[in-house]
Formats: sequence, C-alpha cells, structure tokens
Amino acid sequence: MKYALYTGCVAKGAGKELYTATFLVAEKLGIELVEMTDAACCGAGVIHEGNPFLADVVNARTFASAEEQGLDIMTICGTCQGVLVKTLKKLTSDDAYKKKVNAELAEIKKEFKGTVKVKGLTEIILQDYGLDKLKEKVVNPLKGVKSAPFYGCYTLRPSENSYLENPDNPDELEKLIKALGAEPVDYPERLACCGFPILMMNKKNSLTMGGNAINGAKNAGADCLVTPCPLCFLSFDSYQFEMEKYTSGNFGLPVLHTPQLIGLALGIDSKHMRMNTHITTVESLLEKTTS
Amino acid sequence: MKTVVVTIDRFDQENQRGSYQQDFTIEIPNGLTVLDCLNKIKWEQDHTLTYRMSCRSAICGSCAFRINGKSKLGCKTQADDVITNGKLRIGPIGNTDIIKDLVVDLEPFWYKLKKVKPWLFANKPKDTTKEFYQSSEGYHKIEDASTCILCACCISECNSLKVDKNYVGPAALAKAQRFIDDSRDKNFVQRTREISEPTKVWDCTHCGECSERCPTDAKPLSRIEEIRERVVNAGVHNNGGARHLLSFFKSVGSSGTLDERKIPIESVGIGNLHANLGEIMPVGLKMLSHGKAPSMIHHNVDKVGEVRKIFKKLNKL
Repeated sequence: MKYALYTGCVAKGAGKELYTATFLVAEKLGIELVEMTDAACCGAGVIHEGNPFLADVVNARTFASAEEQGLDIMTICGTCQGVLVKTLKKLTSDDAYKKKVNAELAEIKKEFKGTVKVKGLTEIILQDYGLDKLKEKVVNPLKGVKSAPFYGCYTLRPSENSYLENPDNPDELEKLIKALGAEPVDYPERLACCGFPILMMNKKNSLTMGGNAINGAKNAGADCLVTPCPLCFLSFDSYQFEMEKYTSGNFGLPVLHTPQLIGLALGIDSKHMRMNTHITTVESLLEKTTS
Repeated sequence: MKTVVVTIDRFDQENQRGSYQQDFTIEIPNGLTVLDCLNKIKWEQDHTLTYRMSCRSAICGSCAFRINGKSKLGCKTQADDVITNGKLRIGPIGNTDIIKDLVVDLEPFWYKLKKVKPWLFANKPKDTTKEFYQSSEGYHKIEDASTCILCACCISECNSLKVDKNYVGPAALAKAQRFIDDSRDKNFVQRTREISEPTKVWDCTHCGECSERCPTDAKPLSRIEEIRERVVNAGVHNNGGARHLLSFFKSVGSSGTLDERKIPIESVGIGNLHANLGEIMPVGLKMLSHGKAPSMIHHNVDKVGEVRKIFKKLNKL
C-alpha cells in the first residue's frame, strides 16, 4: 500500500505530533507514504468562501500532482478530507467546469485528469487495510481504556461526501477503538461541532461548543477523546483549559489524534508520538495504557 | 401490515405532566409516511396528541419533527425508511421551546427572519400595472433560497444556535441571501453591512447540519457561503470573520500554507490587538511552554511559484 500523503497545514504546524504519529503508525502497518511537499493548503472551506473558483483550482493542482506520481491521496485531517472530496466531486461531475479549471492549470503546466482518489487514514485502515489485519498488529491492547470518538463535521457532512455507512449514526470509529482493545463510549456530542471554525470570531460560542463535548465525554466516563480531525484536536487539547470559563463541568480529558491511539496499541512510545507536547496532559490515560 | 412501536417525546405543561415518553403500538401497511403514523395514533388511540400539520405535500412546512433524533418533515418521510427493528421515535424539533407535545414555539424563528428584512427594497419606482421581472440569470442566483418553505428543520440541529439563542440561524441567513443577491433590490450595501454584524453570517460554525436537514434546495449552508463571498468582495471587512478570511488568502497566496503566527493576530486585527491580547495570549503562552510554538521562519510549500501564479491571476481580494 502506497499513498501520496497530504499532511494539511496543522500537522506541519501546531499539530506536529499528528505528523510524527502518522509516519510511525504507517511504518508499523507497512503503509508507504510519499509526502506531498508541493501541496498547498486545502483552504479549509475559508478560501472557498472568498473565491470558490480559486479554491478549486488550487486543490485541482494538488490532485494533478498526485496523479503525476500515480498515487492516491491519503489525508490525515478531517477538514482537508471534506474539502478535497467536495472539490473532487465537483470536478469529476461537471466536464465543462473541469475544462475551465484545467485551462488555469495549463498555465502552470499541469492537468487534472480525474483519476485520483482521496481517502482519510481512518478510512484506509477500516476499508483497505482491514481491522482484522490491524488487530494482528496490536501488541498493547488498550484494555480498560474508555475512548470517546469525536467524528468532526467534515467527516460527517454533507453525508453524500462521507465514507461512513450511516453518517447520522456512524460506528466506524467505535469499531476502530474496539479493534485496538479499548472501549468506545457513547455521549450526546459525538457528532456535534467542536466550535473551532468560529474560534477567531466568537470565542465564547466556540469554546462553549467544545466544552459541552468535553463534558459530555467526561460524564460518559471517557478516559480520552479521539478524533480524526486536527482542528477538533486543537480546539479540545489547546483550548480545554479556557473552556471552564464558558461551561461548567468536568475538564482535564486527554485528547488524541486517531493515529496516536492506534500507535499506543501498536506499542509505539507515547513520547515518540510527541504526546508529551499536548497542552492537556495525557498522564491519566498513559497510566491506564501502560499498566 | 407490520407492527411498529412508535415512541413519542411528549410534553404537557397544562396537566402538570411535563416531559415524558409514550409508546404507541400501531399496525401499518406499506407506503405510509411518518405523518400518517401520527395521524393513525391521534385518530385511533390518543386524540390529545398534539402536532402541526396541513398540506401533507412538503409545501406548507408545518410538520417538522425530530425523527429518530434528526429533523425531517413528517409528510415527506416514508415510515419504512426510518423504522428500525420495528421501532420509530418522534419528538419535537430542537433549539426551540416546546408548547405541547410536538408543537414548538416558532415566535423566535419568525422574529429572526424579520431581522434580515426579507422583502424587496425595489430599485425602481413601483409600477403596479406591470410585473417586476427578474432575468433568468438573476433568478438562478436566488432560486435555491426561494425554495425555502420555512419549516425550521434547519434550526433544529444547528450547533451555533444550541449555544447562542441570539444567533439568527440558518433559515434567516438563507432568506438574507435571497435578497442580497436579488438585482432588483437597492439595499445591497446596507444588507452586506448588516448581515456582517455579530449574531449573523460570521457566527455560523459551518457544521453543515442545516443543509443536511433541509428538505428543499434552500440548503442554508451554501447560502451562508454565498453571503460570505458577497460581503468580503463588497469590502465589508470590519469584523473577525472577514479578517480571518483575508488572512487565509494572504497566507496561502504567498506561501501555499497557513502561517499560524499571523492568523490569530490578523483575525483579531492589528488595530484591535491591544484590547484583545487577553483573548489570544493565554493559549499562545501555553503553546510556547509545550514546545508547540510556530517556527520563527514560515516555510513555503515546494513549487510555491505555481500557487502564487494562480492567486495572482484569480484572487480579487
């Protein structure tokens, strides 16, 4: 298995631990990754709001680069995944639009053919790699660890772009958590918004949303929250200490990127996955996973 | 015929019963809608069950309910599509106060709709002897928003509304787009300014629930994206949302990637930095102390010239 890795901006910036954990997990699983060092930011839906055509051309350039390598794209960010799949669908379902976009790409000597596929790491593990094969690689089953799955909006909606079988009531992350030996916990906010998109515009609303999710997971008995979206991660990990100002309840919940939870079960050292750099301490979780 | 247990989330303040759940067992043939199921219960088992309904054709927008936890029109939803293991759950839509059973208070919904002035300020003198035509091209821009039937399905699962009752919500914003983009309206400038104020277009968190639940082509999130495109291109930049968007353009257009050192500062606004330092400093310091501070030098993606060339030609901001 070999993919062109689209890291997204966060994994190269404030979420470097995701970048590190992804490569360590891929190595353990025998998945070869070729980093797309020329790929531009997907725009996170924001560039699209200011100029949809420009955003589509930039993302078509990314697709063309992967096609040149003859590889499908692996994303490690729920938001990148949602934005890229939306663009890919738009381009492949409208020939006239594809031609218009390709006319712009021709100016940088690129062409989007429409052969590339875009898949998230979790989706690849669930659908292409297989949970049975993953279970064989587990050397440190996360027995007794209660993990709260947080899907993230871009993984769920619009449902027609989602890889999930039933985006209104998915169980894919739960299946992954079980395969790692941990126990998924159900809580009311597992399909809600983390609030990150409005953090810079309305901190109160944003952190109230985030705080509600942390409280929900904590009240359901979670030892950690796990998410395939590093923007959700940023909201929950980096800003958890500020959420108490806006919502009352239980805080101090360790937050993990999906590959970090997988990595713990595969026996990868938490420090190698830079879990010691998390803003919200993961000590309480590590006590459980190493005992 | 099949047997279905319908669980209804009921509410009865009048008789001091408050909130409670009630199961009804019904026998139904194929082809019934969820609204048909409710009618069957009301007519045959409990006439006190209260809900709104009218056209039964997905036109009037009266029968929005939470069906298995998500808002849908009762008359447009086939029971067979939502019955799981012989069970079906129906409740009132969310983000509203309940009056009785499935009837919710829509006064705030109408009030917020009025806030966006959902009527035409005609840009030419009124001539009651002629119709005020819109071109096909012009109609295309407002066609989707015009299909809104004001059912309120979109507000039920809205994440922003859940934490902020003052947020105008997706239906009002979809209606705002219908008039912002109407070439016959003379208030474009004023509308773009007003819609950029707090509690309006920039408070949408982009969760996509509104479009997911919308039973028509109105799809509020797409309309919200269109409004944002209009307001930033019209030069309404005196707010965090627009500044955040412009910062993205600047950063990606020059380096191909987001410059995390600048996004928070530029979103707050250089001029407002002093007053808002308390908002961005705590997390900044935490990042620093945990070794997560952005690199001093912001790196470009490889072949950044290609990205810059695209931006140079297509970026109008």
